[in-house]
Amino acid sequence: MSSFWIATIGTSVIAFALKYSGHSIPQRWLERPKIQRINALIPIALLSALVAVQTFTEKSKLMIDHRLAGVSVAVIALLLKAPFPVVVLSAAITSAAMYHWF
Amino acid sequence: MRVSRVETITVRDSLSLSLTVGAYGIAFGAASVANGFSVLQSCLLSLLTFSGASQFAVVGVLGAGGSAISAIATASLLGVRNGLYGVIMAPRLKVRGFKRIIAAQITIDESTAVALGSEKRNDDAMRHGFWLTGFGVFLFWNLFTLAGALGAQAMGDTRAWGLDSAVPAAFLALVWPRLENNRDRALAIASIVFALAMTPILPAGLPIIATAFIAIAVGLRR
Repeated sequence: MSSFWIATIGTSVIAFALKYSGHSIPQRWLERPKIQRINALIPIALLSALVAVQTFTEKSKLMIDHRLAGVSVAVIALLLKAPFPVVVLSAAITSAAMYHWF
Repeated sequence: MRVSRVETITVRDSLSLSLTVGAYGIAFGAASVANGFSVLQSCLLSLLTFSGASQFAVVGVLGAGGSAISAIATASLLGVRNGLYGVIMAPRLKVRGFKRIIAAQITIDESTAVALGSEKRNDDAMRHGFWLTGFGVFLFWNLFTLAGALGAQAMGDTRAWGLDSAVPAAFLALVWPRLENNRDRALAIASIVFALAMTPILPAGLPIIATAFIAIAVGLRR
């Protein structure tokens, strides 16, 4: 089985197990403030790291290319409070333009 | 009259959120195919995993060359919060058996947010908000995933269409609203620096998941 299938099935099984266990376990011990705080911080760390890796790396090498232009435009769009489709499309158009011209 | 008014607000909230999330569904379907997943695998992820951040993470980590294990681990760490939502929703929904299985599957950011937001009106509004939003997001998320996946498949070289930037831009839009204070922003920057510094050293995927430890350290400190 390819790693893509393993990831698809494994992620799905664990995702459901996490959701279902939340509906089934006693409430007490997950409501502690520290658990809640860490739970809010983990997505910030993981998603930021994903943005960086997807923008600046290729096959375990650091690299600056057309993607930096696209993501920079996304940052500007977010600073201007643009809605999600505008953020993604402006990044894609900028990146595609840079990819063609350079 | 009062009852129908509550209904209208709930339906409006649920529908607008479901449609907005649909846009992310297109981005996910496209990102998934751009990172090497098939259209079928992309659709299965949306049907079965049904949690945006986890799905983006699994395709992102594998796309960056990471192993299936680190992809699953990263996605699962992001899925923990759905379990916490389940803890909040279970005593409010009070469902058992098959209904609990369905409720669990649609326990996500959006359904929990609308349910808790409607709670101050009354318990019926809270329950309707949960089920309507859960089913609405499920429907649009899956339809738009298919559209995005087929679209990306038709593109061929996804770089020529800017998709390799659209993916990190989508991640960025996901994390942006979470950066509420200086601590959050410092954590984001630390994670970026750490992940990039470790990329040439650690196997792909590990630099991303290792940043969870930075988050835990920050969370424990204060």
